[in-house]
Amino acid sequence: MLADKDRIFTNLYGFQSWGIDAAMKRGDWDATKTLLDIGQDEIIDRVKASGLRGRGGAGFPTGVKWGFMPKEPKPDRPNFLVINADESEPGSCKDREIIRHDPHKLIEGALIAGFAMRARAAYIYIRGEYIREAETLFAAIAEAYAKGFLGKNACGSGYDFDVFCHRGAGAYICGEETAMLESLEGKKGQPRLKPPFPAGAGLYGCPTTVNNVESIAVVPTILRRGSEWFSSFGRENNKGTKLFQISGHVERPCVVEEAMGVTFRELIETHCGGIKGGWDNLLAVIPGGSSVPLVPAAEIMDAPMDFDGLKDLKSGLGTAAVIVMDKSTDIVQAISRISYFYKHESCGQCTPCREGTGWMWRVMERLRTGDADISEIDTLFEVTKQVEGHTICALGDAAAWPIQGLIRHFRPELERRITEKRGGAEPMMEAAE
Amino acid sequence: MAAKTIPDTPEIRERWGAFAWTPDNAAKAKEVLGRYPEGRQQSCTIPFLDLAQRQVGAETQTQGWLPVPVIEFVARELGLPYVRVLEVATFYTMFNLQPVGRYHVQVCGTTPCWLRGSDEVFRACKSKGMKKGHTTEDGLWTLTEVECMGNCATAPMVQINDDNYEDLTYDRTVAVLDALAEGKQPKTGTQEPGRKTSEPVGGPTTLTAMVDENHDYRDEWEKAV
Repeated sequence: MLADKDRIFTNLYGFQSWGIDAAMKRGDWDATKTLLDIGQDEIIDRVKASGLRGRGGAGFPTGVKWGFMPKEPKPDRPNFLVINADESEPGSCKDREIIRHDPHKLIEGALIAGFAMRARAAYIYIRGEYIREAETLFAAIAEAYAKGFLGKNACGSGYDFDVFCHRGAGAYICGEETAMLESLEGKKGQPRLKPPFPAGAGLYGCPTTVNNVESIAVVPTILRRGSEWFSSFGRENNKGTKLFQISGHVERPCVVEEAMGVTFRELIETHCGGIKGGWDNLLAVIPGGSSVPLVPAAEIMDAPMDFDGLKDLKSGLGTAAVIVMDKSTDIVQAISRISYFYKHESCGQCTPCREGTGWMWRVMERLRTGDADISEIDTLFEVTKQVEGHTICALGDAAAWPIQGLIRHFRPELERRITEKRGGAEPMMEAAE
Repeated sequence: MAAKTIPDTPEIRERWGAFAWTPDNAAKAKEVLGRYPEGRQQSCTIPFLDLAQRQVGAETQTQGWLPVPVIEFVARELGLPYVRVLEVATFYTMFNLQPVGRYHVQVCGTTPCWLRGSDEVFRACKSKGMKKGHTTEDGLWTLTEVECMGNCATAPMVQINDDNYEDLTYDRTVAVLDALAEGKQPKTGTQEPGRKTSEPVGGPTTLTAMVDENHDYRDEWEKAV
């Protein structure tokens, strides 16, 4: 188990105050100027060396992403940092804990990251439903300004940097980086075509980097303790510590920081009191938030929880939102409800997603009740392949993958329902096939 | 909360035609404008609609909603065509396009909450006369099923106006609703006795030194390389 001294988010559960004085006693904002004095390119190099990969789901190396930003921004086209706090992926609930309990790690990280990428300001885009969390964030930002840590000559570094909080208003799609930029500009959150990528033309047409809350909030600690410290956890290419969020059928669901690559079994046994009804009662796990395919019990039990370990199981780490399902679960309903989620959240821009998500959900509902034909399972699988990869953003993929995972691993269950509904009889053939 | 059609009647024009910021909200609106670069005031669309909905809420003793004249007001304030603001109001789920009750009961029904018993939360709401997508006749409750609210480790949950109530059961939901109906403010957050936030029930398995004191772990760090 990761030692407490090696945890970054020490006030994760909010037992202590989030306020700036308490945060400073825990080590935040401690001589931030000396961290900035490391220098812009050197900070980026150290973040690269730490092996930090984006914590929002895609896992792109954070330092490399920063390196895409122009080194000499033009005065009329400043660089921007946008921090993605639109946490809406079903199962994910980590950024909320950072924002309401350890907001100064995020704000200090915003300054350091913004400085390294030569940004003029950071916008933290927080989902609208996080109402109390946004109140805390606004207050924490005001505290940092009052101490002179933000604004003109931030932390006495000679660098001017602003941090603003921007609340959304309820739209999962705004977690997609270009939809987020649209939304920040006051429009509907419909993703943009890429290229141009945000690092070339992002917010207000200016160079922009979008990073997840956790990716930014870990940066000050990485710089304080050294890249080697961070990269001493986890396997090659999967370094560092990570906030895991375990929900569903475990005895004690929780959010907890662990080393990357911790096995599923250790994670559940150490922090969650085991699976409800014991390990024999485990049915399947969605290991990275609703977008990733489920993994059956036998495959996940001793799997390492990191990017590559879960990719090997044809799933993904995503946001490390671990949704556990025991054998009492109606697995078809569980996935059908996820299909409903994507139908609800499709922005309506691309036809395959707008029409496909509704279509897939309706077929999923018929599969749930058994009112389908066995051949429709293949048709559904085929349609998910038609949606996947044929939309501007990844929402189409995210809607397709859970269904593909279900069919891959639980096809007998789908067939059983259909046969049972018919009383075991073979279907009558139709002439118009 | 979405609506099939947006009501625009003479009565609504009469009631809301003269909508303008209160002095407090005018100051807030000015502060919001200051967050964005010059010429980028369109970025204020969402914050202004939120502020306007809250002002309507304060005037009607509900969570608030966005009558057409109010959306028009926001468009004028920002110098935008009406449709640019309307399309934002219809795109985002938190904007109510029809009146809602005193309490907007938003139960999360997505898979992580469903696995932990959100059906029981709906059952408790129904026992109080609520029906999904409707406002009760006494104007007290509006029930909406919402998508994942990001409280998955303390599921199931409901957001009622600005506050979350988590770790719900049938009985705990009834208790929260009863308290609100009596005009009391129930404890927000988790309803699990002894639980602080998202740590495991029964006490944290990590960071136990933080429970009683604002522990500084830096003394235990190895020197940075």
